[in-house]
Amino acid sequence: MSDIGERVKKIVVEHLGVEPEKVVDNASFIDDLGADSLDTVELVMAFEEEFGCEIPDDAAETILTVGDATKFLEKNAKS
Amino acid sequence: MRRVVVTGLGMVSPLACGVEPTWKRILNGESGARRIESFDVSDLQTKIACTVVRGDGTNGSFNPDKWMEPKDQRKVDDFIIFGMAAAGQALDDANWHPETEEDKCATGTMIGSGIGGLNGIAETAILLKERGPRRVSPFFIPGRLINLASGYVSIAHGLKGPNHAVVTACSTGAHAVGDAARLIALGDADVMVAGGAESPISRIGIAGFNAARALSTGFNDTPEKASRPYDKDRDGFVMGEGAGVLVLEELDHARRRGARIYAEVIGYGLSGDAYHITSPSPDGDGGFRSMLAALKRAGLTPSDLDYINAHGTSTPLGDEIELGAVERLLGNAASKVAMSSTKSSTGHLLGAAGAIEAIFAILAIRDNVVPPTINLDNPSVETAIDLVPHKSKEREVNVTLSNSFGFGGTNASVIFRRLAS
Repeated sequence: MSDIGERVKKIVVEHLGVEPEKVVDNASFIDDLGADSLDTVELVMAFEEEFGCEIPDDAAETILTVGDATKFLEKNAKS
Repeated sequence: MRRVVVTGLGMVSPLACGVEPTWKRILNGESGARRIESFDVSDLQTKIACTVVRGDGTNGSFNPDKWMEPKDQRKVDDFIIFGMAAAGQALDDANWHPETEEDKCATGTMIGSGIGGLNGIAETAILLKERGPRRVSPFFIPGRLINLASGYVSIAHGLKGPNHAVVTACSTGAHAVGDAARLIALGDADVMVAGGAESPISRIGIAGFNAARALSTGFNDTPEKASRPYDKDRDGFVMGEGAGVLVLEELDHARRRGARIYAEVIGYGLSGDAYHITSPSPDGDGGFRSMLAALKRAGLTPSDLDYINAHGTSTPLGDEIELGAVERLLGNAASKVAMSSTKSSTGHLLGAAGAIEAIFAILAIRDNVVPPTINLDNPSVETAIDLVPHKSKEREVNVTLSNSFGFGGTNASVIFRRLAS
């Protein structure tokens, strides 16, 4: 897993309080990791904070899995 | 109307996490006041508070992880975590864990708070100013709202009955117990999880109450001496934090399931001062009418009372005004009644005060003992009422009254009686 992937995983584990083993690329935040709609909003904010980029609402709506987040951030991360 | 009894108790207090360890320390005359360590107090007039001691759960310390997932703790202010802990304890104590849809729908929540998520609001206001609106968490609102203590408890335990919350400043806990008992008496619920929770100890909380000239400022080096109701050297209240929650239950419901019954809620009175936003009316008439209404509801006379858990916050004005109102109420019965302020030990838990003090009034009945008013070295006025200075006293206790008075001139009194076996 890329460095960005590892950082994404760490944020997800911290915010959703899930076992690290469950945080795999195709894990859905809502269906597999127990997040609700507010958790996903907060996750996106945490990604923005960690990676120094803005994630617009229309882009945030497409980030449904751990892999979606990693892919988006590999393209857009500023830090 | 249906009769209502108390079948479960739960508490997080500055003395300990848990009802029994707190009660033991109260009866020992201990104080929960200490120097504030969690934030900078160098520029605050008051540098002490009755703080809840966090830890791993041993020796009475409060371990939040036992009561709420760490990921959820992050989203809420401490009053919600305290409320979850006290409610969890109370439901365990009552051995009431509704599983059928019928039982769930018959069980409600009414856990209030005086201020709610003060600290979270203050911190988020700074974040908003410094970083802008996009950094404000989606959990900011639901983690600060007062009724979310009830909300979280309802969700965690599947309680689908009335989901309500009281907000009447320092009368909150007493109003919650009284109002929840009424919901049961009127048939809106069979069981209510009721009380108060508060987490006001923060820079903005201390600064605000300091500005209102309400807090003790003269005992920063001897915190355990600061809360001294009725004493001539008292100079304001000591802020406390925590939660108290009671399981109230319809009498026959409790009997049918063989629940242990601590006491019956037999009286509840409410009144308004219509006088001033923070000062009690000098004639004490509001408190007097609140107590009188509770007695009337209970069908008792003042001489039936054994023990009064006073509002008694240790402010120069309030203590004597309440004492005057109680003397007026009791008349010739004054010498047979004991009245103490457990705030001398716990500090003032604001919206949670009435709830933890209702619990102390109930335990006084259970154990036939009255808790002390510690630090009462030199009473500022003479009275025939036994203010129970320094040491608890064993005596027969069958009927107790708990007073709570709040900013806005809001008063509540609740009366408990031992249930005849």
